[in-house]
Amino acid sequence: MDRFLETFFNPVVMAQYTPDILAGVWVTLQIAAAIIVAGIAAGLALACLRSYGIRVLNVFIICYADIFRALPPLVVILILYFGFPSIGIQLSGPMVLFIVLAATLAAFAEEIFWAGFSSVEKGQWEAGIATGLGFTRTLTYIALPQAFRLAIPPIVNRVLAITKMTALGSAIGVSEILSSATTAQSFSGSATPLTMSVIAYLAIFLPMVAAARWLESRTAWKKR
Amino acid sequence: MDIFIDQFFNIEIMRKSFPLLLSGLWMTLKLCSAVILLGLIGGLFVALGNMSERRWLRWISIAYTDLFRALPPLVLLIFIYAGLPFAGINISPFAAVVIAFLLNNSSYYAEVYRAGLISVAKGQWEAAQSTGLTPAQTLIHVVLPQAVRNVLPDLLSNTVEVVKLTSLASVISLSELLYNAGMARSVTYNASPLVLAALFYLVLLWPLVRLVSHFQRRLAA
Repeated sequence: MDRFLETFFNPVVMAQYTPDILAGVWVTLQIAAAIIVAGIAAGLALACLRSYGIRVLNVFIICYADIFRALPPLVVILILYFGFPSIGIQLSGPMVLFIVLAATLAAFAEEIFWAGFSSVEKGQWEAGIATGLGFTRTLTYIALPQAFRLAIPPIVNRVLAITKMTALGSAIGVSEILSSATTAQSFSGSATPLTMSVIAYLAIFLPMVAAARWLESRTAWKKR
Repeated sequence: MDIFIDQFFNIEIMRKSFPLLLSGLWMTLKLCSAVILLGLIGGLFVALGNMSERRWLRWISIAYTDLFRALPPLVLLIFIYAGLPFAGINISPFAAVVIAFLLNNSSYYAEVYRAGLISVAKGQWEAAQSTGLTPAQTLIHVVLPQAVRNVLPDLLSNTVEVVKLTSLASVISLSELLYNAGMARSVTYNASPLVLAALFYLVLLWPLVRLVSHFQRRLAA
């Protein structure tokens, strides 16, 4: 038992590397916030555009959403990070991570918001247009609020799943939590930094998972 | 434009790296079948624990699902692969991936099953058991088929996520599809093998993604 504690909870190592891990937490939080804002905004914009029913545009939107839902983000990350410099586009690690995960979130968000729009009854659209609101205002004032409410639980789950993927940044040298921990692990020769990364992730995400569970149970209760 | 095609869609390099990627795909498929199968079974047990009348069982299963949904799968994988040897437990990359993703996915599958089990009316349990079926028989023959049918889109979309997840195994040098593509890239200094790997994933997963959308639309209608 002592050896176990010494290996995974060594207080000296913990004290030494806490600043590094905290710096990693800060990087993770910043990138995650940017991903959430950009991804949801882009997804919502795409779903709104799709509701105008312009055929050519919709083919593009659907293909985009399908491709980014089907591709593993790590593949796209590696293509941008290792492939783009050779055509003269040099992107930093954090930038690549942000672009790919925001694009992935946008694809999922578009599908979720679109499902929300589809579930708004046709009569609502017709009534809005009949009162002279016009399509765009019907969309923003009538369809959007209803779609948004329906979309919240699945969006929250997806946001969680995708912000957790910021850990993939460790594969391209972004100094977020996991890469700070693995660096510290190889310097210290102790598994303690890995334990610290687990604790850091739990501190960030466990409250979010619990909140998502609460949100889901509340909406499920309302439906009954 | 020429540089772009040469760097990302170089047919010659794609052709040369094709066999390597194919063997990677084989490993990816092996990983998928292990993780999906074990995840589907494990998730069911966790979900049943969640529905149990025993409070301690419920608490354990909720703690389990929340814990493993809060941890990024890559963190879990690194912890198991790089951390456990410190405790004298050496583990092969394949086993590390299967264990890490099983913990992660059984939690997600459990949440899906739970939604499905809740959706089956209570009268079904009661009716089946009053005809003399044991609880296990009721579950297997009456409740589970209906529950699974109700949450099929979510089970499917979770399975798509599992397949995508296996690409993380490349981080610990397990020679699956993405790892082999990365190897080919570093040998050729050309991103075409990575693009080819992306195409492999698309061929594998695009039909499933379409199917998920199709199911969702049919359920909404």
